[in-house]
Amino acid sequence: MPRIGVFVCHCGENIAGTVDPAAVAEAAARFPGVVHSVHYTYMCSEPGQNLIKEAIREKRLTGVVVAACSPRMHEPTFRRACAEAGLNPYLCEMANLREHCSWVHEKVPATTQKAIDLVRIQVEKVKRNRPLYPIKVPVTKRAMVLGGGIAGIQAALDIANAGHKVILVEREPSIGGHMAQLSETFPTLDCSQCILTPRMVEVAQHPNITLYTYSELESLSGFVGNFKARIRKKARSIDEKLCTGCGVCMQKCPTKKIPSEFNAGLGMRPAIYVPFPQAVPNKPVIDRANCVFFQKGRCRVCEKFCPTKAIRFDQQDEIIEVDVGAVVVATGYTVKPTSFFPEYGYGECPDVITGLHFERLASASGPTGGVIRRPSDGRIPETVVFIACAGSRDPAKGISYCSKICCMYTAKHAMLYRHKVPQGRAYVFYMDIRAGGKMYEEFVRRAIEEDQVNYVRGRVARIYERDGRLVVCGVDTLLNGRPVELEADLVVLATAMVAHEDAETLAQKLKVSYDTDRFLSEAHPKLRPVEMNTAGIFVAGACQAPKDIPEAVAQASGAASKVAGLFSQDELTREPVVAVVNRAPPPIWSTCVGCFLCESACAYQAIEREEIRTRDGQLIKTVARVNPGLCQGCGTCVALCRSRSIDLQGFTNEQIFAEVLAL
Amino acid sequence: MRIAYYPGCSLEGSSREYNESLEAIAPLLGWELIEVPDWNCCGASAAHSLNHELALALPARVLALAEKAGFEEVLVPCSACFTRLAAARHALSKDRALAARICELIELDCTGTTKVVSVLELLGRAASDGLAGLVRQPFACKVACYYGCFLTRPAELAVCRRQEDPQEMEELLRVIDAEPIRWAFKVECCGAGLSVARVDSVAELSGRIVEDAVRRGAEAIIVACPMCHTNLDLRRDAICRRRQTEFSIPVLYVTQAVGLALGLSPRRLGLHRHNVPVRLPAREKPEPVRES
Repeated sequence: MPRIGVFVCHCGENIAGTVDPAAVAEAAARFPGVVHSVHYTYMCSEPGQNLIKEAIREKRLTGVVVAACSPRMHEPTFRRACAEAGLNPYLCEMANLREHCSWVHEKVPATTQKAIDLVRIQVEKVKRNRPLYPIKVPVTKRAMVLGGGIAGIQAALDIANAGHKVILVEREPSIGGHMAQLSETFPTLDCSQCILTPRMVEVAQHPNITLYTYSELESLSGFVGNFKARIRKKARSIDEKLCTGCGVCMQKCPTKKIPSEFNAGLGMRPAIYVPFPQAVPNKPVIDRANCVFFQKGRCRVCEKFCPTKAIRFDQQDEIIEVDVGAVVVATGYTVKPTSFFPEYGYGECPDVITGLHFERLASASGPTGGVIRRPSDGRIPETVVFIACAGSRDPAKGISYCSKICCMYTAKHAMLYRHKVPQGRAYVFYMDIRAGGKMYEEFVRRAIEEDQVNYVRGRVARIYERDGRLVVCGVDTLLNGRPVELEADLVVLATAMVAHEDAETLAQKLKVSYDTDRFLSEAHPKLRPVEMNTAGIFVAGACQAPKDIPEAVAQASGAASKVAGLFSQDELTREPVVAVVNRAPPPIWSTCVGCFLCESACAYQAIEREEIRTRDGQLIKTVARVNPGLCQGCGTCVALCRSRSIDLQGFTNEQIFAEVLAL
Repeated sequence: MRIAYYPGCSLEGSSREYNESLEAIAPLLGWELIEVPDWNCCGASAAHSLNHELALALPARVLALAEKAGFEEVLVPCSACFTRLAAARHALSKDRALAARICELIELDCTGTTKVVSVLELLGRAASDGLAGLVRQPFACKVACYYGCFLTRPAELAVCRRQEDPQEMEELLRVIDAEPIRWAFKVECCGAGLSVARVDSVAELSGRIVEDAVRRGAEAIIVACPMCHTNLDLRRDAICRRRQTEFSIPVLYVTQAVGLALGLSPRRLGLHRHNVPVRLPAREKPEPVRES
């Protein structure tokens, strides 16, 4: 016979203000199976919890219903109290008299009646509760970081410094990401490479970090603590062990006119190349699509000149399989190309460039050695127009969000240009200046006041070429909306920061969610900013949303600390609210017919196939089995199961029906 | 193909040659243009700046008449008329109560079954339906295709797909062997209705358009709107005065260009009515291929 205890809480005036707790307790005492029913001002307080503990011991309770606030608030508190008194914590249920009743209703008799009904529902449920035990899963203490930009580098270093193994996967031939391309960084104007390259070297030398560059994630399976990753290590066409990075092959390569990705197409590179001199690792790759040997079958010049005989034309892609316990996704962003803007010349004017191009022009390691020269004729521009919000905040262009970094880098570009070309004129067309951040507003003011950058509030409607210059037609909305026409030598578009073309493919490989702009979705926008909805997968940097370097680094460190937290235990404890396929002795028994509808319904790939065999190994049937490590307890499989063979622990069909029938 | 035809006022007045050229090419392209019986003013720019209901009722009546006569489509060559008719159709389809009120006003049923089509759209269909085979005199000119405002705006009514850089006219003119140039002013404002009240503004705005076309080597400007034609052609003297440059580049309706390519005489196409004489560069006829 069940022996249920009911504990009604006043929550001060929160519940007692509209509900009569004494009447609720009195009514509950008469429910079948209830042997104990009391009310108290603050059930969550020490004396309140003691009421529960004492009752469990003295009345030998088999189930507890606490009629108080939302289980989100205090279920763990009361379950802990029950456990301390020796009752399985999963035999404690809560009736939500506060959010579901007292807060939302008037002080009328019907409110108390509803409270009584809510308690009756839980009493009927708890009678059918079974003791449950937390699920333990082992943890592989090795993390995989996807993306070797600043976010990925930071996350990898932090995890490695916490004493765990890290695999860093980067699809380009070198780590460094966009930050390696930048000239100076706002708001301090410190050189980007100077602060980044030491970190890159640290990654390469860290004993806990295994670096896979020129590699991509092929697939990921498994679950938190127990992922299996397959990584495709693309053929570099060189033997990395033999290559010393001397660079002779690059000098000798006859194909030298390939637009350099690192220089955003402004400079050229050979077919065998390292993206930039500070690359990590400093080992070249052969770009097979552009290599004469791979295309025409003749050449082999690099092979001839390589002093260590490291060239391997016959190298194949390699698939590496590793077990990892956690994944940090830090795959970064890309920028909209100028060809996205028909009104700005469709990318056909060479002197209309993106902010990333300008970074390369301003960078000491760039194609012009840091001298601002326009791409068309190499002249030093006398007038430069910068256009903020090119594409961003423009729903008509399909990008409604703010790219966040452009206000700052545009101010920086204008400032750098004025420093490098003191007689030059810089104009910035803007919508608003969004300079929220430490020393950010001051930085923009410096550009305007000290460096005399002309800020024009208004949009640019059209840019066209006239006699070798660019005519910029816009409007000045602070000057009575007057049209403004400027002749410029160079126009820099702060084009929108967008997700990678293949962001969706990656998200699907990882089975994580993404938003309409194809940025990856964090688990909670405020309180779980580095976790994703799939346990064990974390996010850092601009693949989640546009962000600047300090933010990306902070998020990466946050993700790394989450990983370190996960790895601090040898086993993971999970709530046992998971689906189970019924199996009962003898071991060959199950009502599952093996239709596997549940398999297609499960969003978490938690359904496995299990073969039931007789003792002499004969196959009886194949049934479904739920992997408790992966199951999120959503219950979709329960609803779909045709033979009612699956049930959700803690929320079984029997319990739910009992709740409904109690009304 | 029988199609309802709504000329509007311009095609009977200031841009008769648009009408003449359209009627001249129609039979060659297999179009039978049937004027909408008892048609009225579209409301132009005057009605919608004064009275919203009137601005919808006037074009709605034209649509209702075409609908009553059983036409699926009504051809509207003038861009301004096109916009008014298309806007009325759009507004009525979005708001049933408004549609009921307008129908009551015009004492006719307007259910929106008759679609509004532009000359560009119809010529576009001809282009993908064998226009190239009908060309007798290739229109081998460098042309600046000028769209103006109404063919690209507002977005929900636009004839052209890419608002900032439409290509429909270019695609069509390539079929008659013209060579469209890339230029910056194809959707800029010509000054539109200020043609009478503020010639100075029109001269400035249209002047920039003409100048850019000439600078980029165009030999003719092609338009599909009476207002554009008026401003670029009829106001040419004012443009030249303001720019202090002689611009002799002719402005042709797209129907005239197609007509010339189809071998029609300049007179039938109304080219003599233009303010700026239409002198197209003489092309040497390609020598016939001799068998060796």
